[in-house]
Amino acid sequence: MPSMDVNGSEVEVDEEGYLADINDWNREIATALAETEEVELTDSHWEVIDFLREYYDEYQIAPAVRVLTKAIGKKLGKDKGNSKYLYELFPYGPAKQACKIGGLPKPTGCI
Amino acid sequence: MLHIVNKSPFEKDSFTSCMAHAAESSTVLLIEDGVYAALKGSSVEDQLSRAKVVALQSDVAARGIEGNLVDGIDLIDYPDFVDLVANGDGVQSWV
Amino acid sequence: MSDIKKFLYVNRRAPYGTVYALESLEVVLIGAAFDQDVSLVFMDDGVFQLKKDQNSEASGMKNFSPTFNALGDYDVNKIYVEKESLEARGMTMDDLMALTYEDEDDDWAEKSSMHLVSADEVRDLMEESEVVLSF
Repeated sequence: MPSMDVNGSEVEVDEEGYLADINDWNREIATALAETEEVELTDSHWEVIDFLREYYDEYQIAPAVRVLTKAIGKKLGKDKGNSKYLYELFPYGPAKQACKIGGLPKPTGCI
Repeated sequence: MLHIVNKSPFEKDSFTSCMAHAAESSTVLLIEDGVYAALKGSSVEDQLSRAKVVALQSDVAARGIEGNLVDGIDLIDYPDFVDLVANGDGVQSWV
Repeated sequence: MSDIKKFLYVNRRAPYGTVYALESLEVVLIGAAFDQDVSLVFMDDGVFQLKKDQNSEASGMKNFSPTFNALGDYDVNKIYVEKESLEARGMTMDDLMALTYEDEDDDWAEKSSMHLVSADEVRDLMEESEVVLSF
């Protein structure tokens, strides 16, 4: 299995670069994963990542983009609950990129 | 004799057949989907009295039915499982 | 959209002994991206999928029952449970998770997704559906 170097320690990832074990995740690893995605993490990014991790913790899945958008809008406000806002943060797909950075598996039904 | 049943009694007839053939002195161990046979008030409940029936605790917990079982079903863990197999005189798996 | 079809997912298997239950749930979640009219029926051993208090930690399997609570977010809010199947297993609706959804047309009021139906009603559901997927 491939691995990634985070400040000198090896972290296992799958062939697409998703974290192999969700329990390995921490903020340092998130920052390293974000670098591979060429995303610079701001508070707005963390807000979405934290939300996704909470969602996964409760439901054991990463939500589809449509579901994520609706849920973010409800939790963080209408101005953030739209795909334009989320795509600005994560240009290559909010569900896919934010999940990867959040250490979650690829979303079910992510095509 | 230790009998082991691992299929749901509502989907396969292995539990029913096992209970029809088990000697009164034998122990019937329910594992995997076999644990559903120990549900209180089910259509197979009457058959439980024909032998001593025990169930694997972790499989019961996985299925969330600990509070739904017939009284008197002993729940056992993996070391108990090993003891039952090692100390008994023969095992029959009703696969 | 004019080509909305009535989909019925028929779930007849217990959750852990085989992979059918998990596969069905994944297909439902993936299919939910395509704005169809989706209903789920749980009958025979399928009713065990919705059992409360599942804890698979000690058995080393993944407990996917919390994912059923996400179905409301996916606009899957017609969950039918067959009464005869529950009775044969010594269970009632109180033994099952209380799945809900938020009704967009009613100021996001939380409503129950769970419906207890008879075998006759399940037959009607099957007859009314255009696509039946059986697991």
